[in-house]
Amino acid sequence: MDMTQAVLLTILTAATPLLLAALGELIVERAGVLNLGLEGMMATGAACGFAAATLTDSTGLGVVAAMLSAMLLASLFGFVTLTLGANQVASGLALTIVGLGLSGLIGAGFVGTSRTAVAGLQIEGLSDLPGFGKILFGQDPFVYAAWALTFASIVFLRWTRAGLIVRSVGENQTSAHAIGLPVLKIRFWAVLFGGACAGLAGAYLSLVYTPFWSPGMTAGRGWIALALVVFASWFPMRLLLGAILFGGATVLQLHAQAASLGLPSQLLSALPYLATLLALVLMSLGRRGGSAAPGSLGQSFVPDR
Amino acid sequence: MEADETSTVAGDSEKQTQMLASIEAGLAADSAQNSGLLVQMTGITKRFGSFTANDSINLGVERGQIHALLGENGAGKSTLMKILNGLLRPDEGEIVWNGEAVQFESPQDAAKLGISMVFQHFSLFENMSVLDNIAVALPGSIRQNGFNLGRLSKRIEEVGEAYGLALSPHRPVYSLSAGERQRIEIIRALLRDPKLLVLDEPTSVLTPQEADALFVTLEQLAQKGCGLLYISHKLDEVQRLCSKATILRGGKLVGECDPRKEDVRSLAAMMVGSHVPEVRSPALHKIGDVRLEVEALTLPAPDPHAKSLNHIMLSVHGGEVLGIAGIAGNGQSELFAALSGETLAPQARTILIDTMPVGQLDIESRRALGAAFIPEQRLGHGAVPGMALSDNLVLSRHGTDRLDRYGMVNFRRARRLSDDVISKFDVRISGKNPVASSLSGGNLQKFVVGREILARPGVLVVDQPTWGVDAGAAVAIRQALINLAAQGAAVLVISQDLDELFSISDRMAVLHEGSLSAALPTGQVTRETIGLMMAGSEVDDAA
Repeated sequence: MDMTQAVLLTILTAATPLLLAALGELIVERAGVLNLGLEGMMATGAACGFAAATLTDSTGLGVVAAMLSAMLLASLFGFVTLTLGANQVASGLALTIVGLGLSGLIGAGFVGTSRTAVAGLQIEGLSDLPGFGKILFGQDPFVYAAWALTFASIVFLRWTRAGLIVRSVGENQTSAHAIGLPVLKIRFWAVLFGGACAGLAGAYLSLVYTPFWSPGMTAGRGWIALALVVFASWFPMRLLLGAILFGGATVLQLHAQAASLGLPSQLLSALPYLATLLALVLMSLGRRGGSAAPGSLGQSFVPDR
Repeated sequence: MEADETSTVAGDSEKQTQMLASIEAGLAADSAQNSGLLVQMTGITKRFGSFTANDSINLGVERGQIHALLGENGAGKSTLMKILNGLLRPDEGEIVWNGEAVQFESPQDAAKLGISMVFQHFSLFENMSVLDNIAVALPGSIRQNGFNLGRLSKRIEEVGEAYGLALSPHRPVYSLSAGERQRIEIIRALLRDPKLLVLDEPTSVLTPQEADALFVTLEQLAQKGCGLLYISHKLDEVQRLCSKATILRGGKLVGECDPRKEDVRSLAAMMVGSHVPEVRSPALHKIGDVRLEVEALTLPAPDPHAKSLNHIMLSVHGGEVLGIAGIAGNGQSELFAALSGETLAPQARTILIDTMPVGQLDIESRRALGAAFIPEQRLGHGAVPGMALSDNLVLSRHGTDRLDRYGMVNFRRARRLSDDVISKFDVRISGKNPVASSLSGGNLQKFVVGREILARPGVLVVDQPTWGVDAGAAVAIRQALINLAAQGAAVLVISQDLDELFSISDRMAVLHEGSLSAALPTGQVTRETIGLMMAGSEVDDAA
């Protein structure tokens, strides 16, 4: 009984950074921008978050620093691809490289330091309920934030005028421009939001998930988050499902290794990545021809004047 | 009226008249507000590189006026309208709105003043619902006037009813016909409460009956004091609707007139600059055997945005032009793809070229049997934009004209054949062997048509041969198609231009929702019956 709860708990925590990063990217892509720099922004966020938290001894400031640093990178990406109209794929890949390098530089002085992880919620009576008490009432604040953000973005995209505008800009940039929407401005805000989410995901990794800094600690989670967006066919609700699925694969391989099934550990560590590939293949098999991708995804927008 | 007022002073009945007069004067003042100059564009010049699209053009629209903007493709109408809509910034000239000079930095600025545009190439969002498409274009923030989709959806239905533009708000746009999409554009523009409404070729995707309904709407709008700019090259429409016309040619203003006082020929002459030649009917020739036959072709739609084809039956004889009419989006591109071999038919025997079953053959094998194909999209489908004309010729004719041997291309021969097309089809080019994208639409179309016709095909399938081509070039292309048929080829023309089909086809059929009607001799059908068939009604009684 408690074993099940423990496994579910680890799955939820493993899913949270993926969910946060993917949620930001989902909004960015819904606005028509493909930011492949997720991994870089997450890594920088993780490094800055850890550094700031250690220096000020405040988790809150660490989180703020993580989000701001990733937003700074995102605004750089926005300037290059939106203001200057550069290719989004190339710029995004470059951003990953820059972000990873930068995180190594910032985190260099903090290797080997560790902090106590952010504690989970503790509500008298509720958190100790058997079975689901810890799952519902004993998580750290990030988990609740991620879920709240997911439902907020569902409402945002489906029911608000601002969400509708974001969707239109991603769906058809020429039409959006012609009816008088400020395409680039809207996209810039979306990219900044994506940066903030990636920073938050990075902070989660270095402050909660594994409360220390080590270079390359994002370990491809940015890429998995990118794949998750496709897996979710750009719907936040499905993102939730996908994040739990991939979080599950991560945790499962750890348990499988512990249970020493006789399979090589490398194969088991590759499980989440294999699952990602498999999911993408299944998605594209399930949908012949038409794609659910936003119509203007990845296209530069330079209006004629 | 004012004279009446001063001369009548005494008596009770006189007083009544006076009151009536003053009410009338008030009404007159109201209508004065509903007339007068709304917008004046003066000396508008716009250059793209060395090309001058607009050369100091003046255009003024009054309130309540339906003003026509006439001109051929490439005359600069769309550029001028994009400037008025804030999409383009003029190099010179000024725009005065309600007596005040204005400058548009973006379409938002124009929208704020009340300038609304109904685009020729729709500015819609395919994967979103009708409601979303309309909601996103309405001004106001969330706080200002609420974001009540339920209320908006009701308003869409109300406005739709009031103007005869029925729409169901929750359907996704990709599932709608071109005519319905046009309605979204129009309702969207109406809900924005425009002071000036610009319509760019609004009837090109409508049936004659739908067009009539639209004209009523536009007249109602004008009566309410809205200024309308109506862009079209259909002169009969302009004569019916507009009280003033501005005519552009080659980027210059060539004249203003009251179209109702001119005849169609003189208007056409002003647009084209000379008299438009007409298609000459070919010399008497024999109608031969069936050269292209389609036997119960049924194809599912390849993606949700496409149409499926249902049990298509047709045959084209040598020496004959078969015209296929229909509004865009009723399966034209799918039919073309199936005939050309871009999509394979389920069985080989479904499509026959000279009695050979070709349903399972690819394009190249069909070309080897003497067929040629001209797709609707000239840039990107009919020709590679970034490649030289001669290279583009190699792409479609390498097999039939022995242009390659052991994998090596004979570029000299390709140049010679391409120059032949250029001279025979009067393709205007700058420089020697330029890239396809540097040609204007009409000239590239002449090249693409010429390339295929000079391959002397036995079967030619062409989709929208003169779309976006000016009148002179269109006549040349139509003539070439007729002449090819007269030499014994079977020609199948898919077109949305009814005038074109009536002038060149021997028989006509209508494609609607992926189904093809029986082909009728052109002499036995009228525009009205074809129009009804295009809208989907059965006309068995007419046949």
